[in-house]
Amino acid sequence: MSGVEVKVAPPMSAAAPLVIGSRSFTNRLIVGTGKYRDGPTMAAALEAAAAQVVTVAVRRERLFNERGESLLSSLDLRRYTVLPNTAGCFTPGDAVRVAELGRELLDQLGNPGANWVKLEVLGDKKTLLPDPVGTIEATRTLVAGGFEVLAYTSDDPICAARIKDAGATAVMPAGSPIGSGQGVLNPNNVVLCLEALKLGDPHYPVIVDAGVGAASDVAAAMELGADGVLLNTAVAHARDPVLMASAMRHACIAGRESYLAGRIPRRLHASASSPWEGVVSYVPGE
Amino acid sequence: MRRLPLMRLIVNGTETVAPDGTSVAGLVEQMGLAGTACAAEVNRELVPRREQGGRLLREGDTVELVTLVGGG
Repeated sequence: MSGVEVKVAPPMSAAAPLVIGSRSFTNRLIVGTGKYRDGPTMAAALEAAAAQVVTVAVRRERLFNERGESLLSSLDLRRYTVLPNTAGCFTPGDAVRVAELGRELLDQLGNPGANWVKLEVLGDKKTLLPDPVGTIEATRTLVAGGFEVLAYTSDDPICAARIKDAGATAVMPAGSPIGSGQGVLNPNNVVLCLEALKLGDPHYPVIVDAGVGAASDVAAAMELGADGVLLNTAVAHARDPVLMASAMRHACIAGRESYLAGRIPRRLHASASSPWEGVVSYVPGE
Repeated sequence: MRRLPLMRLIVNGTETVAPDGTSVAGLVEQMGLAGTACAAEVNRELVPRREQGGRLLREGDTVELVTLVGGG
């Protein structure tokens, strides 16, 4: 953990909703629907997480093979606001196409997630790190096309600010590479992102997206002052995904409350909780 | 020269054929996807569902038919 004190002003109340553009949620944890061993496990995990927002991907119909289990047969669309992603896109043009396809699908399904998008413009298949230039370009195009853009980015505060300037509704810095389970590798940079993005705009939503490995990572991200956390693999690939989803939910609440409550400064030396006055014991050095 | 009764299309990356005059909606039906959540793109441009009946496909068109899958 960083020894740097967080300077981002906390909002009023622990019960305050997470507001992202035109939408508002009481749960600050956003959960992905990928990589679960089966549909019922996914459905149970989303329920245990008390998720309100779930991410999905857009992919080709499997026309020429036997069709497997469909996501939509396991996902109760009346319960969730679906956030479609542009995962797998490496150019701004492809990301815009996929965002439009996602909007069309959610329109067809009558889900309130139409017209927002989790924008990913990736730079490299091995690291899945974002292409910052492509992300900014796609953000501009999508915003002009009426989208609310939640942009996945690295933890670089300068880039995060540029993406906000391009019109993103929320900026989502990665804690560490997607699916890596390394947690928040550079808390200082996340704090710098929060400072840059919330300067004069304290309610601007900043969501730590990617890298979570365990519940403590969620709490750590929320304690830095993030407005929410987006995760997938840490739940889907946990030995017990449903139990881990519950842990993530509690960690998100704990981290949020801890942030709002205001942590004590870190000190080099101990500070006794019991009074020295009245001790009956020998105290060294006295 | 007589027109071929079938046209060649690339659907989801695979060459396939459909009767001349098939619309996007017709192709969706031919693929067994009628009534499902399915978005269509012809030559990299979205064709919204309400326009799929009137949008006729042409020889050589590249079509993508997509749906939602699990993702993060």
